Amino acid sequence: MSKEPVAVVGIGQTKHVAARRDVSIAGLVREASQRALEDAELTWADIDAVVIGKAPDFFEGVMMPELYLADALGAVGKPMLRVHTAGSVGGSTALVAAGLIASRVHGTVLTCAFEKQSESNAMWGLSLPIPFQQPLLAGAGGFFAPHVRAYMRRSGAPDTVGSLVAYKDRRNALKNPYAHLHEHDITLEKVQSSPMLWDPIRYSETCPSSDGACAMVLTDRAGAARAPGPPAWMHGGAMRSEPTLFAGKDAVSPQAGKDCAADVYRQAGIADPRRDIDAVEMYVPFSWYEPMWLENLGFAAAGEGWKLTESGVTELDGDLPVNMSGGVLSSNPIGASGMIRFAEAALQVRGQAGEHQVAGARRALGHAYGGGSQFFSIWLVGAEPPDS
Amino acid sequence: MTREIAVVAFAQTDHQRTSDDRSEVEMLMPVLHEVLDRTGLKTADIGFTCSGSSDYLAGRAFSFTLALDGVGAWPPISESHVEMDGAWALYEAWTKLLTGDADTALVYAYGKSSPGSLRDVLTRQLDPYYVAPLWPDSIALAALQAQALIDAGETDEPELATIAARSRATDNPHAQLRGPVPQGDYRVRPLRTGDCPPIGDGAAAVILAAGDRARDLCARPAWIRGIDHRIEAHSLGVRDLTDSPSTRLAAEKAGAFERPVDTAELHAPFTAQEVVLRKALRLDDSVRVNPSGGALAANPVMAAGLIRIGEAADRIHLGESDRALGHATSGPCLQQNLVAVLEGDPR
Repeated sequence: MSKEPVAVVGIGQTKHVAARRDVSIAGLVREASQRALEDAELTWADIDAVVIGKAPDFFEGVMMPELYLADALGAVGKPMLRVHTAGSVGGSTALVAAGLIASRVHGTVLTCAFEKQSESNAMWGLSLPIPFQQPLLAGAGGFFAPHVRAYMRRSGAPDTVGSLVAYKDRRNALKNPYAHLHEHDITLEKVQSSPMLWDPIRYSETCPSSDGACAMVLTDRAGAARAPGPPAWMHGGAMRSEPTLFAGKDAVSPQAGKDCAADVYRQAGIADPRRDIDAVEMYVPFSWYEPMWLENLGFAAAGEGWKLTESGVTELDGDLPVNMSGGVLSSNPIGASGMIRFAEAALQVRGQAGEHQVAGARRALGHAYGGGSQFFSIWLVGAEPPDS
Repeated sequence: MTREIAVVAFAQTDHQRTSDDRSEVEMLMPVLHEVLDRTGLKTADIGFTCSGSSDYLAGRAFSFTLALDGVGAWPPISESHVEMDGAWALYEAWTKLLTGDADTALVYAYGKSSPGSLRDVLTRQLDPYYVAPLWPDSIALAALQAQALIDAGETDEPELATIAARSRATDNPHAQLRGPVPQGDYRVRPLRTGDCPPIGDGAAAVILAAGDRARDLCARPAWIRGIDHRIEAHSLGVRDLTDSPSTRLAAEKAGAFERPVDTAELHAPFTAQEVVLRKALRLDDSVRVNPSGGALAANPVMAAGLIRIGEAADRIHLGESDRALGHATSGPCLQQNLVAVLEGDPR
């Protein structure tokens, strides 16, 4: 049985900021969704189903907020699904929405992901009081810093690589009007002299806490034919999970990430990702995850990822641009961050990424991860429809 | 829809008021083993896994990440999670099988209500700006619905008591409440103790399979002829609480009205909600409703809807039903509803 091809025909984001005190949670998701509909030149009535995602409900203090948000997202009388796969949720949400079309259950689906972090404190929301685990696990940085150290030790990467990533992503963010951090006076020296938070992760190498939402309109072949702008076509998508903690887990380069990428490349007919993919939006909440994921996703051999970063390959004008939008390091509404990666990849192949457009981008990868580097969701989108 | 997909196995815990001695993973693991044993499958044989749960019951963020450890997700698996009742996880898995990306799926759900005060916890589902700050609890909201039904002449307290008694007169060994249950004092008028579900902990799991794979794994697969879900407005003030248009629409889309069903497993935590659902689903007295006892006999939050589909499927597996309906609900006063129509092969 062949699947229905899936096309992205509408994309909307909010301007990501530290606190959107001017809108409710409903106002925030509606803003992004309205923009996605306008981009697709569709109305709420054209939408068959809504798929919404966000990271833990504790971040806003609302249990199962899809119930309250049904009205704001025009879902009344329609099917509405709520996805939650930790930090990878934005990507997973888009993939669940795409599945509704690929299976021919629905023709046109609105998918939206959000986080309004100003309603709570993510640092403590992520410090999990779980019996038999590390008692002082201060935020996500406390969990990931030892894995970064393991990467540095294993790969022999010089300790300057992380700051290069942060410097690049913050400069890229200046070209993205939706990015949270617009640090016009950013310099490499400023990154390198910023306070050490979780050694080796410095303040300027961490993501901000943002309020923001991202939405996309996904549709089938017939819907794409009616679209006013160029669609981005999904060529592959996959999710993979592995347990949080177990003996033998490779926290530096988890098997689930490798398997997820391999599945997407197989679906999309990618033989050599380094050559065949034009641009990458990957989930880099702490700067060192760029070289780590370059290896995990097959763009570089094990231990070689940092060399791509150091040589400028991942710069906006490099041979393999990574996080053209400024990435998670510049905007992190956690539940939306994965969907922003997916949407930014789609913007690139539609040629609509504005000042941070990669010239001639035909195939782009969107990547998200979550939990203790245990959940992965990836899609690959292209300017041309898939072959089948 | 060219691909036939069926429920081929179902397992659930014995639902209990508390499970202090077990973690969520420990509560879930026997159920996962049992459902896999029924088919002879191992975790590595499963094409897609999807779960449903809610962090708010556990009282901490990301509680589902640890539950995954109980699945044995190594080597890595294709997996997803809905922060909803497991019935919606089953829906996601169904769409995954329809695409042909997988031939089998493991769906599981769990909820421990015992660590907190469920009536308080569920108030956090409400509009966070205008309603939740008032802490209207789940029984109070259900009582509004029950009173609206009584005022409309659709039911009365004796009928509600009959529903409660019938639900608890089940021989379901997994049920938390069985046998005679006193009607009790009013909890919130007009609902008495007997009109309200027990609060408890529990888990459930289902295996889905497509086409011939289903026939290999199960002597009499419960084919999903249709499944659909719909949501209504959140605010109670804009809804007619005596009706459930979302259930009716979901049933229509799932094909429930094309031919009569012989059995229906309804997720109606409160007696009065069964009255609403019977009307929306056009179930007359010829239909056997909730032989399992339904949510009035055991209501492990986030698993109770999946259990309805599992119970309906098991009736077909056992040859006690040829066409059964499984229903799940979410949100205050039946805001969101899912309907699945299951059939066995002709005998």
